[in-house]
Amino acid sequence: MVAIKDLSKEKFVLPGTTACQGCPHVLGLKALGMVLGDRAVLVVPAGCTTIIAGLKDRASLKFPLLHVPFASGPAVATGLSSAFKRLGKYGIPVVWMGDGASDIGFATLSGACIRKDDMIVIVSDNEAYMNTGIQASGTTFWKAKTTTSPAGKKEEKKDLALIMLMHRADYVATASVGYLQDFISKLERAKEIEGFRFIHLHSPCPPGWGFDSSETVEIARMAVKCGAWILWEFDGELKISAPSRPYADKSKRLPLKEYIRAQRRFRHLSDEDIKEIEKKIDEQWKALK
Amino acid sequence: MRKILTGNYAVAEAVKLADVEFIAAYPITPQTTIVERLAEMVERGELNAEFVRVESEHSALAAVYGASAGGLRAFTATSSHGLLYMYEMCWWVANSRLPVVMAVVTRTIGPPWNIHTEHTDILTLRDTGWIIAMSENAQEALDLTLLGFKIAEQVNLPFAIGLDGFQVSHTAEVVDVPESLDGFLPKRERFFVIEPGNPITVGGLTENECSMTIRKEMAKDMERVGELVRNSGYVRDYDLVEEYRMEDAEYVVISMGAWCGDMKDAIDILREKGVQIGMLRLRFVRPFPKEFVEKLDCKVLVVDRNYSVGLGGIIATEVKSIANCDVHGIVAGLGGVDVGVDDFVSMFRKFVRGELKGWWP
Ligand code: SF4
Repeated sequence: MVAIKDLSKEKFVLPGTTACQGCPHVLGLKALGMVLGDRAVLVVPAGCTTIIAGLKDRASLKFPLLHVPFASGPAVATGLSSAFKRLGKYGIPVVWMGDGASDIGFATLSGACIRKDDMIVIVSDNEAYMNTGIQASGTTFWKAKTTTSPAGKKEEKKDLALIMLMHRADYVATASVGYLQDFISKLERAKEIEGFRFIHLHSPCPPGWGFDSSETVEIARMAVKCGAWILWEFDGELKISAPSRPYADKSKRLPLKEYIRAQRRFRHLSDEDIKEIEKKIDEQWKALK
Repeated sequence: MRKILTGNYAVAEAVKLADVEFIAAYPITPQTTIVERLAEMVERGELNAEFVRVESEHSALAAVYGASAGGLRAFTATSSHGLLYMYEMCWWVANSRLPVVMAVVTRTIGPPWNIHTEHTDILTLRDTGWIIAMSENAQEALDLTLLGFKIAEQVNLPFAIGLDGFQVSHTAEVVDVPESLDGFLPKRERFFVIEPGNPITVGGLTENECSMTIRKEMAKDMERVGELVRNSGYVRDYDLVEEYRMEDAEYVVISMGAWCGDMKDAIDILREKGVQIGMLRLRFVRPFPKEFVEKLDCKVLVVDRNYSVGLGGIIATEVKSIANCDVHGIVAGLGGVDVGVDDFVSMFRKFVRGELKGWWP
């Protein structure tokens, strides 16, 4: 395990970003800067991070950064990584995208992954299209209320990291802004490997999910403790990561109800609904064990 | 060196001569043989480029965008539905001022499915900020591709070369391929390169005035293209237009693309009969060769192989907005409908007699 105190102190997220208070992306971006430093070259499809990066010359991210259309991120990184290789530059293209970009740009994830193009893709997943005003996405949690699912999402929730694993990506992990130490060691590992590396980062969003902006980390941890978000890593073999390991045993899990009741997006759920979701979570664990 | 090449292979030869470093493409008929040939060249080690098989045209231009932003000379090719699918990226590349070169093998847009030539597809690029050239034959396809890299890198605007589907793309002709380029295409310094350790941002949010300034600056650089084409230093001389039998012409036909060869034959036939007719062939649509159209003092016929529903032929509409004389527009050959020398002879006759309508046939 890397110790945070041994990482670079250089700041890549500058003070005064335009993110909402308690924004999970900012936590993730800070960790990214600590591990990759000036090797990271960001490719950012439209999303919250488009705003967070700052207006005009008041940039808040000290990474080289290409803003790109919604459905193009990994494909742009393919071209960039080719340029770095040919011109002998030591950079790593990092596609920093949301769940929205991974819906509309899904084919680009698939293509770049099977080609094993050299990049790290981080899907910072706040479980809805937040930047446009909280609309449901492919990874929106079961039954969650969004502005396009006012009665609660009826569709399934897709498991992006497992899908990327099925593409035989060189490295796949899930992570959470509630467990930055774990995220940092996964970034460290990803940095050492060449090829297509994918990290699915769970990013609870205060305005989108309806909790106080001081509770981002707490909510992220509850998601792991109730078993709804499972931290794992595939690096040659699939392993449940340390913070999630205890919760393979269902009896150790935080009651799902506590996680659900802490967020306004689930206010409409009955006990029956929560039971249904619990079943989905059990299935999720079965698939991984 | 003289070789027998189709238009598509001529483009591939030009890409090789230009020492392109990055190619990404998705197959679509009738463009496919360009990228097939390039893939072969890369496999055989004749061309030291990376060739990426992407999952869509949108990704083809996105990857080319990334490579170009990273400092590489980059190329792609597409057609019709492929061009429409990558349309969003066309704007992104242009406003980011990246000197990408792309061959567009023109083809009808469906439905119904139709793989034959029409120019409406390439003309969807007209507002994007791409330089748009249209070749008449395989030789021009090769030459304009090479000019494309030179000009694009001089003005930092992307460059599209049109080839009529099958008529140019798949027709083999004798093409003079330069042995070497003798410094015609030096590596030029980019005004920005995305690289590690250099924290610059491209394309982010800014104030509204910036969007307007970008378009204004693009317009200024687009204005320089005519001069640069005329003084390119290429082995053959080129201009934005070709003037054919324009001396003393009382009637002038304006059009573009492969069928202009047939139009010239028709003009020769009518000239023999004493009709004073000539042709202004558009080799470029953007920048629009305004200065050539403005000075026309005769009766003008524009033959469009494209159509904007609700208004008319696109080139005719543009010519009418510039010309200081009578302009008649006719739409012909949509969907690849065959229009040959005989058709043009009778079309032009009717025009001279003032009996021509708006559609052919
Ligand atoms: S909406 Fe959520 S994810 Fe987006 S900036 Fe605000 S807190 Fe961050």
